[in-house]
Amino acid sequence: MKHRAAVLGTGQTQHRSKRPDVSIAGLCREAVDRALADAGLGLADIDAVVVGKAPDLFEGVMMPELYLADALGAVGKPLLRVHTAGSVGGATGNVAASLVQAGVHRRVLAVAFEKQSESNAMWALSIAPPFSMPLLAGAGGYFAPHVRAYIRRSGAPEHVGAMVAVKDRRNGARNQYAHLRQPDITLESVQASPMLWDPVRYDETCPSSDGACAVVIGDQSAAEAAAGPVAWIRATSMRTEPTMFAGKDHVNPRAGADAAAALWQQAGITDPRGQIDVAEIYVPFSWFEPMWLENLGFAEQGKGWQLTESGETEIGGSIPINPSGGVLCSNPIGASGLLRFAESAMQVMGKAGDHQVAGARTALGHAYGGGSQYFSMWVVADTPD
Amino acid sequence: MTAPLSAPLEISFDYTRSLGPVLAKFMTALADRRILGSRGSDGRVHVPPAEFDPVSFAPPAELIEVGPEGTVLTWSWTDHPVDGQPLDRPFAWALIRLDGADTGMLHAVDGGSAGQMRTGMRVRPRWAAQTSGQITDIECFEPATQPARQSAAEPAAAAAGQAVAAGQAVAGQVADGAADGAEPVTMIITPVRLGYQHTASTEESRYLRALQDGKIIGQRCPACQKVYVPPRGACPTDGVPTTTDVELPDHGIVTTFCVVNVPFQGQRVATPYVAASILLDGADIAFQHLILGCAPDEVRMGMRVRAVWRPPEDWGTTSENIDHFEPTGEPDAPYESYAHHL
Amino acid sequence: MTDVAVIGFAQAPNVRRTDGTTNGVEMLVPVFQQVLGQTGLAKEQVGFWCSGSSDYLAGRAFSFVSAVDAIGAFPPVMESHVEMDGAWALYEAWVKILTGEASTALAYGFGKSSAGLLRRVLALQLDPYVVAPLWPDSVSIAALQARLGIEAGRWTEEQMAQVAVRSRSAAAGNPAAQLSGTVDVAELLSRPYIADPLRAHDCAPITDGAAAVVLAAGDVAREHCARPAWITGFEHRIDSGSLGARDLLAAPSAAAAGRAAGAGTVDTAELHSPFTHQEILLRGELGLGEQVTVNPSGGPLSGNPMFAAGLARIGSAAAEIMAGRAGRALGHATSGPALQQNLVCVMEAR
Repeated sequence: MKHRAAVLGTGQTQHRSKRPDVSIAGLCREAVDRALADAGLGLADIDAVVVGKAPDLFEGVMMPELYLADALGAVGKPLLRVHTAGSVGGATGNVAASLVQAGVHRRVLAVAFEKQSESNAMWALSIAPPFSMPLLAGAGGYFAPHVRAYIRRSGAPEHVGAMVAVKDRRNGARNQYAHLRQPDITLESVQASPMLWDPVRYDETCPSSDGACAVVIGDQSAAEAAAGPVAWIRATSMRTEPTMFAGKDHVNPRAGADAAAALWQQAGITDPRGQIDVAEIYVPFSWFEPMWLENLGFAEQGKGWQLTESGETEIGGSIPINPSGGVLCSNPIGASGLLRFAESAMQVMGKAGDHQVAGARTALGHAYGGGSQYFSMWVVADTPD
Repeated sequence: MTAPLSAPLEISFDYTRSLGPVLAKFMTALADRRILGSRGSDGRVHVPPAEFDPVSFAPPAELIEVGPEGTVLTWSWTDHPVDGQPLDRPFAWALIRLDGADTGMLHAVDGGSAGQMRTGMRVRPRWAAQTSGQITDIECFEPATQPARQSAAEPAAAAAGQAVAAGQAVAGQVADGAADGAEPVTMIITPVRLGYQHTASTEESRYLRALQDGKIIGQRCPACQKVYVPPRGACPTDGVPTTTDVELPDHGIVTTFCVVNVPFQGQRVATPYVAASILLDGADIAFQHLILGCAPDEVRMGMRVRAVWRPPEDWGTTSENIDHFEPTGEPDAPYESYAHHL
Repeated sequence: MTDVAVIGFAQAPNVRRTDGTTNGVEMLVPVFQQVLGQTGLAKEQVGFWCSGSSDYLAGRAFSFVSAVDAIGAFPPVMESHVEMDGAWALYEAWVKILTGEASTALAYGFGKSSAGLLRRVLALQLDPYVVAPLWPDSVSIAALQARLGIEAGRWTEEQMAQVAVRSRSAAAGNPAAQLSGTVDVAELLSRPYIADPLRAHDCAPITDGAAAVVLAAGDVAREHCARPAWITGFEHRIDSGSLGARDLLAAPSAAAAGRAAGAGTVDTAELHSPFTHQEILLRGELGLGEQVTVNPSGGPLSGNPMFAAGLARIGSAAAEIMAGRAGRALGHATSGPALQQNLVCVMEAR
């Protein structure tokens, strides 16, 4: 039997390209302390800790959670370390939720982080092993060909990618924690920015950030004891498929579509476009907004770009996407997924500040990783069912 | 059966670690040849300092100077040091409780021989000739009973010596933590160099050896009948190794591609270059290769391309035997013919 | 709480060096076939997959993503991964079954320890600011703990050698073991130290390997296994990452996990003790008396595939129950330097 679970509090760091003022532990604690304060709890109230981050090569520390146990208040408690590539932040939230839903724990702390400035992600993701062609060029080099395929398949006009960038960067300007805050960005300035991995431009690309996110998840009694609003976790889902295989659809991966279908079913949602008030989805390159709108079922196949182009994904539109500015504004890789999950919770808790979507009651958090092969998602709402 | 191919792979990066307020004070003091500990809320003094109090979880209220001498709590003897360790001759690792501390600090002791080491022995730090604010400023500890010994590295030689090559600290602009006017240390650089032996799968090795003979070998999955190139240790949809060899032609189509304009550390091809997914005729999966022989903006989805091989005398067991692919000039493949490979 | 049992266990041969890749596929394909064959489950019937492995062991970022090829993960699967020993993947899988989202799960772990210099790679698990830059190797760290115990009168070098002798002897019955056979204490003690006070026999060998364990709930377990190993307690804890602040002669995380899981009631235990003295220490922390059979498989001293060995302990303990040789058994896993993190899974026959 599944127990009810709710987000009691969220916290995140000030995301920056470099946070030279903190250690790895200090970065994590900035997010953790804010999440605990938001939940009205202390570290001593936590039963278990789930840590998520992307490759250990980014910081040059093998299983850093071992050394972080003290700073995270995990000594004497259960501690899990999740790693599901770029989706890891989402997986961290889902695993933490499952510990409560299973009835194993009452209050669980999920923490995810990346301190990218310790090294260089392009380097770490482009190490060419012997015998291979040294063509790897980071995540952008991997995903840009699939963006091209989407544009070809859907017939989307070229400016849609730039529109997403303008929307997300302007949204980010309303988010006090965002790494990139660009209220004055325009379609023209995005289109004039350098082409990095043609067809993906500089302004259509996520930054490299130092940052962390933390979420406190509690059971029903903990949620009912909370002083402030909570975000009830209505559904969670995860799906995986191989990186490359004959017949893989890189534009509309089946793992993502299957995860979404399972999620909607679990949450009792039959019309995501009508029933979801706001969504935080993992868009590291601007074109992934229309791609994921289709993959998630917010738009028909080939029509995602029309939803973006219509302005409906802006704050104030019928389905606001990434009011926080999303991954395009802050990308501490390991934390990026949990940030999507936390932001969705903040929306239904009414705590999203200047980027609050009015009347948001049901929200989606979404993350993906690897070669568009790992998907994790949740739906949160202001009431338990 | 011939053994799979393998070759060394080195992973190497100089990590830049920002320290935060507590460790910055500790490192700054090391540069000044002093050792600090933190006093916990339970009164225990931690050396090195705890960034967050183990009991109250708050940052430590105060850092206090400890040592410099201390007592060995336990030790182990190393006859064959590995790369990066403090000494390149036999030495002891020890947990050392510095005078005034309640915890042990891990470091090396230049103890001469295992026979001269004892739990309870008194030791003192031997400072590096040049300190810069990192844990290796303490070159090692040495028995407190023997005459003080000069650091192994003379100042003049230190710049090229192991102590400096092993890492360096960076002074920054944080004002807090400066002691005696010394410039505060806010960052350290930690080189991480690890050597691995990379091994190709049996199936991929077969492909690579065929490349050495100028042939492209794919394999068919016995379950789904799809042709994989390179062959796979497990067909990703069926979980069984690909088996039947299929020799493939060195031409096919570009399914999709990007133009890489961004330079980065470790890059081995000059930008801009076209990285393309190339579907060889007869294969069921595309692989990545380089397109040359036309301007990047002339590359198209569906364009027919053929391999341009390096001179046979340069061939090895690598995908790099094919220098690049170039357009054949034939008409493009219709989109419908490759849409399901995107 | 839902009743969940281990219903299958398989492992790759424990060997010093495989010809395989670091993504584990070559080891995992036959292991999956074997463990699914035992249980009569098709891969499509596995409700949740969860793996444990390490990028630093493989020397590559995202080294685990290719491992899902061994599943044949299309149509897509419900799946997760921990950067930990597969024992914690099994824990995540157990939790998933308790939520009701799956009634079967397969957890696996894999590691090619031989790809790099293992004891040096493991130095990167230590504090990155004040310890790891000194590159203390994992064997030397364990030796610090061993000497403390010797000098405190907790164990002797002879008792440590006896652990090795018993492990090698027990491993004779384990076809997957890397080291097995008859050795005697005097002979072992005549050999040189490799990290005084540890000799080669005190240290687990460097092992490449993989392991998989299948879980199932209630009736599904009964249907697919004649004598399921029912999980009655599954707990894990972590201790401080500061070696010098810990009492290295205790493993509070092991003791607490053991108490919570009910370790005191077992007749058989598989302990993940990569060093001889750690078996002695763990026996005490878990409250295992003389009557408890420890490491009938030979344990990690006869083969220690990193990121799979802890899972293999649970699998081996379950196998004792499934084969009718044990009534109540525990599997233990450890992670981190000097037994920092510990997990205990207690199982019983019904």
